[in-house]
Amino acid sequence: MNVAVVRFPGSNCDLDVVAALGATKGLKPKLVWHENDDLEGFDALILPGGFSFGDYLRAGAIAARSPSIVRVRRLAERGVPILGICNGFQILVEAGLLPGSLLRNSGLRFVCKWVTLRVENNRTPFTRRSRRGEVLRLPIAHNEGRLFLPKDELAALNRKGRIVFRYTNEKGEPTPGKNPNGSQENIAGICNEDGNVLGMMPHPERAVDPILSSEGRSDGLAIFESLAGLSRSGN
Amino acid sequence: MTETQQVLYGLTHDEIKYAKRFLGREPTEVEWGIIDAEWSEHCSYKSSRKLLKLLPTAGKSVLIGPGYDAGVLDVGDGFVVSMHIESHNHPSAVDPYGGAATGIGGVLRDILSVGTRPVALIDVLRFGDIDKNIHSQWLLRNVVRGIADYGNCVGVPTVAGEVEFDESFERNCLVDVACIGVGRREDLILAEAKSPGDIVVIAGGSTGRDGIRGATFASKNLAKNADSERSSVQVPDPFMKKLLLDSILEALKTGEIKGMKDLGGGGLSSALSEMASKGGAGIELELKLLNLREPDVTPTEAMISESQERMLLVLGKEKSEKTLRILRKYEVPIAIIGRVTDNGLITVKSGGKVVAKLPAGFLVNPPLIARYEVAPIPKQATTKELKGPANLSRTLLTLLSSPNIASKRWIYEQYDHEVGVRTVLKPGQADSSVLKLPNGKFLAVKADGNSRIASLDPYNGAAGCVAEACRNVVSVGAEPLALVDHLQFGDPSDQEVYWSFSESVRGISNYCREVGLPVVGGKVSFYNQDEHTKKPIKSSPVALVTGLIHNRKHITSMALKCEGDAIFILGRTRLELGGSEYYDRILGCGEGTPPKVRPEEDCRANSLVLRLIRAGLLTSVHDCSKGGIGLALAEMCIPAQKGVKIDLQEAPRNSMSADSLLFAETHGRFLVSVGPSRVGEVERMLVESNVPHARIGEVRGRSLAVRLGRKNLIMLRVDKMARVWESSIPRTMGESA
Repeated sequence: MNVAVVRFPGSNCDLDVVAALGATKGLKPKLVWHENDDLEGFDALILPGGFSFGDYLRAGAIAARSPSIVRVRRLAERGVPILGICNGFQILVEAGLLPGSLLRNSGLRFVCKWVTLRVENNRTPFTRRSRRGEVLRLPIAHNEGRLFLPKDELAALNRKGRIVFRYTNEKGEPTPGKNPNGSQENIAGICNEDGNVLGMMPHPERAVDPILSSEGRSDGLAIFESLAGLSRSGN
Repeated sequence: MTETQQVLYGLTHDEIKYAKRFLGREPTEVEWGIIDAEWSEHCSYKSSRKLLKLLPTAGKSVLIGPGYDAGVLDVGDGFVVSMHIESHNHPSAVDPYGGAATGIGGVLRDILSVGTRPVALIDVLRFGDIDKNIHSQWLLRNVVRGIADYGNCVGVPTVAGEVEFDESFERNCLVDVACIGVGRREDLILAEAKSPGDIVVIAGGSTGRDGIRGATFASKNLAKNADSERSSVQVPDPFMKKLLLDSILEALKTGEIKGMKDLGGGGLSSALSEMASKGGAGIELELKLLNLREPDVTPTEAMISESQERMLLVLGKEKSEKTLRILRKYEVPIAIIGRVTDNGLITVKSGGKVVAKLPAGFLVNPPLIARYEVAPIPKQATTKELKGPANLSRTLLTLLSSPNIASKRWIYEQYDHEVGVRTVLKPGQADSSVLKLPNGKFLAVKADGNSRIASLDPYNGAAGCVAEACRNVVSVGAEPLALVDHLQFGDPSDQEVYWSFSESVRGISNYCREVGLPVVGGKVSFYNQDEHTKKPIKSSPVALVTGLIHNRKHITSMALKCEGDAIFILGRTRLELGGSEYYDRILGCGEGTPPKVRPEEDCRANSLVLRLIRAGLLTSVHDCSKGGIGLALAEMCIPAQKGVKIDLQEAPRNSMSADSLLFAETHGRFLVSVGPSRVGEVERMLVESNVPHARIGEVRGRSLAVRLGRKNLIMLRVDKMARVWESSIPRTMGESA
């Protein structure tokens, strides 16, 4: 499965994502400069984290209005799996491919730490390998990760199962104390109507090599293996 | 030179006379500007150069030593590690956010200059007492935000650091930033302009009026009205830096870059003269070709501007296309400003007219300044032991809440310490941070300083930083590889200040020689002194040590592992409490005997710990330093949420009271834990090693319980200690933990 990692000026985690994809059986990553228009041949797309265009104006705002996003949108409409991680999530939200907005963390500070997540929806191409309710340990590192939506939109998301991850305690309970950024209902990741576009604040690529986790876990692999599994089952 | 000009510049009368005599004429205004920048203490090391020659710089892994932008070490398999340390003290004192941010910018360029990719940042910070002083809180908040915003944006993780709070830093906070780079040996580049005809290119940001005379600003004491010197502080643009990093790292692969240097302190003046003199050539340039931020920048300003995010590249005349194409792809502005010549001169033109023409060799060799040192009259040192408080549990809690000791999570959580997927041991997990290297080995990194001890005894204080950093690197299982140091003092014309500087250099130099550790770079920062109160900062030497771990199984952290593991102490505790956190915080005593370094004993203990780790016998290791045995035990318990039962009766020590034994900061000591089945083996190795040691207890329960024979010293629940330790700094900064 050919996966494009789209690199914007200011992307930070592009090489980390390439390494994680490379470590996943069945995935062939390729770094693509955002201005190149050969996104067509790819089976999936990842928008990595970082500070695209310096996050000037607003996180993800300029990338979301760059010409390349037109091509991303076309692939999204065609059902190609697209994952936005951290700044990639912010870009997808700014581009309107995912709803809501990602506001500054409630603590008004950048937060880098490992968090616990519960998988709420395992029907997306990136969560198929997980059980619903499964708990993952992944790191976050962001300044603007507080998802905000008007009440009715939030209710609709809940209803349609479009909330994919929530921040929780080890038992999988979304407590206020375990919400690192003040995100509504502890939301850490959401998907679009069709489920093929997923945005998440935590960084699965940082949790693939078990040596990087103090608990020796590699929970991030589940995300990428889900994607790889997709091509095997012929979806 | 007129009176007013003289006031403007930082040159001395002798230097002005020497310059005129050497050139045989009155230099032009532009030339004075160039000379002033390059001859500033910051660029020229004219007060320190002679002493710095004492430092041992050779080692089997050393590829590039001091004198270049960064030290470079061979780590095997064709890979290299580079390291460098910089400070941005004066700028951060007047503009903490911009000063700290551009400090990072500068050290990143140094690492890039040798052709390596920056992979980790380490920050060492000094502030006034944040418990008492709102200004110090403001500085801390904004310095950390400046480091975070810049480091996070450029995508280089901040993996380690060190912070101290002391009222001597109230007006002069210290912001040191170190950087580690990784690269391939074949990609190494030197800051040299060698071949006449090569073209000289500036890539990156435009040249403006920010950072004018920054090097000169850094080379004098902060004036009373220092806040008006904000124009000496550069403007950070991490996004441009990120583009510059990515594009140059890509361009390195073309093999077209023949020489490279960052534009830092002293701006173009310094970079051009140093590149030309190192390569034995000259450089001719036209200022009208520069990308200027504002149209009316004068030639002098252009030559000394320290505008950020600029790199100077030397490319072959016919072979530059690929590099320029890559820079354009990233939309990095380029200006081809001149060429390398064979006449050894820096020739500056503006609109075709020569405005400066100076020999590069003359610029990089200013007359050295003779500095005099006088040892201060020694205070009547109290050799007798002070009487300690009765409740040692409460004492330990007070120490845990001291900002010098308390958890620094509030700081390091604001830094992305994971980006790059290399950070194996992260801030707060062990005595050093550990990074994954591309050849399957691991690099341990740790910076240490102790200004209280250094100001009581500069020789042992400075050497002690090296000793502690080495011990911290050893604790995670690494063999010390190399050191960069940063020496920060007051005004060098003050003879006592200069004495403490000179003692520090001697201390570091002798210690490094004895333990066989090469010094591959460093920095000196003088004039950290308040012009108004005439008070210098406490001497602040800082040592950054890297170490190599060959096998991932040897990576060791400080958290206790299993109930029932035995705990040993290695090393003898001596009655050395001068400068300790205990004396300062609890007894309010600023005197006493500070810890001495004993290089031979340290070597023996360090190599013993490494042998034990490599034999797979230790489950956790923690060095014993600030706060002594008491704090070290607490720090092993807290992350594990496990308790210990300890009896210090057998701990090797000179005669002393229980509180001194708990809190003395003697060097050369470790606490280690050992699985029950391996105790016999460990004991055999300990006996053979000749290192004083004792089995002092075991991992047990949920409390830290310490006694001395039949006397109970400490009994504290681990969760209570954790709460106190974790909440101290957030609470002081007005936030909940």
